[in-house]
Amino acid sequence: MILLETEALTRAYGGVIAVNKVDFTVEGGLITGLIGPNGAGKTTLFNNITGLDTPSSGKVFFNQKNITGYPAHSICRMGIARTFQNIRLFKELTVVENVMIGRHFKTGKSETKGRFLNAINSYIHLKAEEEQIYERASDWFDFFDLGSMKNELAKNLPYGRQRELEIARALATDPKLLFLDEPAAGMNPQETDHLMATIRKIRDLGVTIVLIEHDMKLVMNICDTITVLNYGQKLAQGTPHQIKRDPSVIEAYLGKEEE
Amino acid sequence: MFTPVFSCYRTVQFSYEGESIVGIAEFFQHLMNGLTLGGIYALIALGYTMVYGILKFINFAHGDVLMVGAYVGLFLFDLLRGSSPLGLWTITSFFLAMIISMAFSALLGMFIERVAYKPLRKATRLAPLLSAIGVSFILSNSAAWMFGTHSRKFNYPFDNTPLHLGEVVITPHQVLILVVSLAMMIILKLFIDRTRMGKAMRATSLDQGTAMLMGINVNRIISLTFAIGSALAAVGGILIALDFKVYATMGTMTGLKAFVAAVVGGIGNISGAMFGGILLGLLETFGVAIFGIPTGLKDTIAFGVLIIILLVKPEGLFGKVEKEKV
Amino acid sequence: MFNFFLLILIYSGIYALMALGQNIITGYGGMLSLTQAGFFAIGSYATAILTTRFGWSFWGTLPVAFLLSALFGLLIGLPTLRLKGDYLAIATLGFGEIVRNVLNNWDSLTNGPMGIQKIPMPILFGYTINPYKKYAFLFMIFIFVVIAYLLFQRLARSRMGRALTAVREDEIAAQAMGINITKYKVSAFILGASVAGIAGSLQATFTLSVTPGTYTFMVSVMVLCMVVLGGMGNFKASILGAFIIQFISYFPQLTGLSGSIPAQFQQILFGLILVVMMIWRPQGILGRETRRYGSASGKSKGGAQ
Repeated sequence: MILLETEALTRAYGGVIAVNKVDFTVEGGLITGLIGPNGAGKTTLFNNITGLDTPSSGKVFFNQKNITGYPAHSICRMGIARTFQNIRLFKELTVVENVMIGRHFKTGKSETKGRFLNAINSYIHLKAEEEQIYERASDWFDFFDLGSMKNELAKNLPYGRQRELEIARALATDPKLLFLDEPAAGMNPQETDHLMATIRKIRDLGVTIVLIEHDMKLVMNICDTITVLNYGQKLAQGTPHQIKRDPSVIEAYLGKEEE
Repeated sequence: MFTPVFSCYRTVQFSYEGESIVGIAEFFQHLMNGLTLGGIYALIALGYTMVYGILKFINFAHGDVLMVGAYVGLFLFDLLRGSSPLGLWTITSFFLAMIISMAFSALLGMFIERVAYKPLRKATRLAPLLSAIGVSFILSNSAAWMFGTHSRKFNYPFDNTPLHLGEVVITPHQVLILVVSLAMMIILKLFIDRTRMGKAMRATSLDQGTAMLMGINVNRIISLTFAIGSALAAVGGILIALDFKVYATMGTMTGLKAFVAAVVGGIGNISGAMFGGILLGLLETFGVAIFGIPTGLKDTIAFGVLIIILLVKPEGLFGKVEKEKV
Repeated sequence: MFNFFLLILIYSGIYALMALGQNIITGYGGMLSLTQAGFFAIGSYATAILTTRFGWSFWGTLPVAFLLSALFGLLIGLPTLRLKGDYLAIATLGFGEIVRNVLNNWDSLTNGPMGIQKIPMPILFGYTINPYKKYAFLFMIFIFVVIAYLLFQRLARSRMGRALTAVREDEIAAQAMGINITKYKVSAFILGASVAGIAGSLQATFTLSVTPGTYTFMVSVMVLCMVVLGGMGNFKASILGAFIIQFISYFPQLTGLSGSIPAQFQQILFGLILVVMMIWRPQGILGRETRRYGSASGKSKGGAQ
C-alpha cells in the first residue's frame, strides 16, 4: 500500500533545478532508501515533501491526500516526522525537554472548542498535562536508553547520542512516516550496527521509514527498496540487489567505464 | 528635515499635457530637494549595508557615528578657518575638516567594532544587537553631556545665496551636497568593483569561511568595512549639519531612516543602498510637498515605507532572498 | 525622602510589568522587540481619554487598555514576525515612534503635545487610592506585579513556554515537530503587549496626566536593559532588573547628588550595562531558569547556566 508518493515533483532555484520531475513512492511498512551522489537533490526532496520548502511544481500525496505546499507543522501533525542532516536539536533544552517537544501538538486536544479555549484549558490543567507529556516522552527515551541523561543539556551529549535523541524526538510525534537524513553520518561501524538494529526496531513498531544515507553497507543491508537520485532526477528504483547491478547507478557513482 | 526653499504648495499644477510651467518648475524644485536629501541618506545607508553584508548584523550605533562626525567636523572647521572671511581658505578648511573628521570617524568605527562587536561574533544573534543599542546610547548621551543638548549651526564655508535657474531655486549648498555625495558613491563603487581590497570585501561578504581559506585577513576586512562606512557617515553628518544643524541626538532618527533606505534597496547590496537612499529622500520630499503629509509626521513616511517593503518584498528591491539551508 | 523611595518602588513596579512582558517576547521568544513604549503609551492614553472624556472609572479602562494593546500587538506582530530578528528590532522601534508621533499630532483625540491632565484617581469600593499617599498605590501595584508574575511563570512552565523556547532555539526544527511558529511568536507578542498596556494604564492613573513626550524609545530600551541585566528567560530576574534600573535612574536624586551628576549619566550607564552584560555575562545576573525532571514531574529550579 503506497503511503506517500510524489508526482513530477520539481524544485528550481533560479536556473538550478535541484529536483527534476521526481516520482518518488514510499510503500507502507517498508524501509526505503534514498541514495545518490552529493548534490543529487535528496535533502531538497525531503524538504519539499515535509513542507520546509515549497515545490516549484508537482504534487505530493500522503495517504492519498494532496499535501503539496502545506506548511511544515501541518505536515508533521498529519504523521510525517524527520531528522536533519546537520542535527537540529534544541541545544539549550535538556534531553527530556527535546523529546517532550515532540509531544507538543499531541496534547491540548480537549473537548473544548477553539484553540484559545484549548490554551486556557491546558493552562489550568498544567500539572496533569505536563505529567501526561512526560509519560509519553519517557517511553521514547527508554527506547533509546537515554534515561540516565535526561536532565543533560542536549548540547552536552556525545555525537552519536545526539543523533539518537533527534530520532527519539521525531518518534515522539507518533509519526506514520519517518524521514531520516543521514542518520549514520560520522558514526563508526559499531554505532552504525547499533543504528541498523534500532531502525529495524522502529520499523517493527509500524513506522514506515525513508532513509537518506551514504553508508552503502547500511543501505544495502537494511533497505527493502532503494531509490537513486542524480542531478535531481530519479535514476532507478528497486531492491538493493537490483540497484547494485544497475548500470546507470554504477555510472553515477563510479563514472563511465573507459571504452 | 530640509525645508524646501519654496513654500510647499499642496497641489501639483501640471497636467499631463504639460502646459503649466509653474508646475514643472515646482516639480523640479522638489526633485532637487529630494535628491539632495537622498544623497545624504545614501551615504549613510552604505555604512549599514556594508556591515550587514559582511557580518549579517545591523549596526544600531551607525547613526551616532554620523553625529560624532558632524560634531568633529564642526569644531575642526571653526578651528581651522579662524575668522577668515568667506573665500578660498574657508572652502579649503571646510574640506580639510571634513577629511580629518572622516579619518576620526573611521577610527571610531573600528574601535567600536573591536571593543563592542568582535567579542560577540560567536554569541547569539541578539547579543551584538543589544551591544549596538548600548553603544548608540553611550555615544548620543556622551555627546549630550559634553556638548549640551542645544543644537549648533555650521558656519557656511562659502556664500550661500541661492541661485536662480528659471523658476527653480537652488543653494550652492545643495550643489555641494549633490557633488560630494555623488563623488563619494562613485569612489566607493570603483573601490569595491575594481580594487583588490574591494574584491576581498565582496568575497568576505559572500562567504567568510572560504574567504579566510583563500588567505583573506577577514578581521582586517571587517575593520576596513567599518572604517569606510563610518567615514561616509561622517560626510553625511557634515552635509546634514551644513544645511540644517548639529545636535546630540541627530544620529538616531537620521540613522534609522538611512537604515530604512538600506533595507528598501536590499540590505547587503551597495547599489541598493544608494538607490534606496535617493528613493527615500524623494519620497520624503514629495510626500510632504505633494501629498500634504504634515511635517510633524514626516518621519513616519520612512517607517511607513519600511513596513510596506517588509510586507511586500523583505529582501529589498535589489536584494536576493536568503534561504536558510536546512 | 522616604516618600521618594516609595515613588521609586512604584515606578519599579510599573516597569516591572513591562519587563515581564519584554521577557516573554525577548527572553523566551528570542525576538528583539522595542515596542513596549508604544504599548505603554496606548494603555496610558486609553485610560486617560476614557476617564477624562467619557467619565469611565479607572477599573473599567483596564480591560480596554489590555485589549487595545493586545490588538495592536497582533497587528504589529503578524506582519513583522516573519522577518529576521534584526529587522524586527527596527520595525518595532518604528512602531513606537509612530505611536508617539500620532499621539503628538492627533490633537482632537489626544490634545497633542500638551497631553491630558486631571486624570482621576482610582477608586476601589469607595476608597480613593491616592497616588500622593503612596502606600495604597504601592500595594495596588504590588498586587498587579504578583499576579502578572504568577501567570507568566506558570505559562513558562507549561508546554507553551517550552514551545516558545524551541521556536527561539531553532525555528525550522520546531516547525518540523509540529509547532506553529507564527502562532507562538504572535502570542508572545500579544502577551508582552497587553501587560505593557496595563502598565500604561497604571502609569496614567499614578501621574494623573499623560504627555506624548514620556513615551520615547528610551522607555523601550530601558525595559530591554532591565530584562538583559536581570537575566533573559527568568521572570524573577526581570523584576529584579526593573528595580535596579529604576534605582540607578533615580540615584542622583536619591543621594542628593543631582547637582553634580549630569542627566545623561544614567543613560550612558544603561548603554554601558548593555554592552558589558553582553560581553561579560550575557545570561544576566540571575541567568535563565532551568528545570529538572526527576521522577514523574517533580520540578525544581536549576541554577544559572
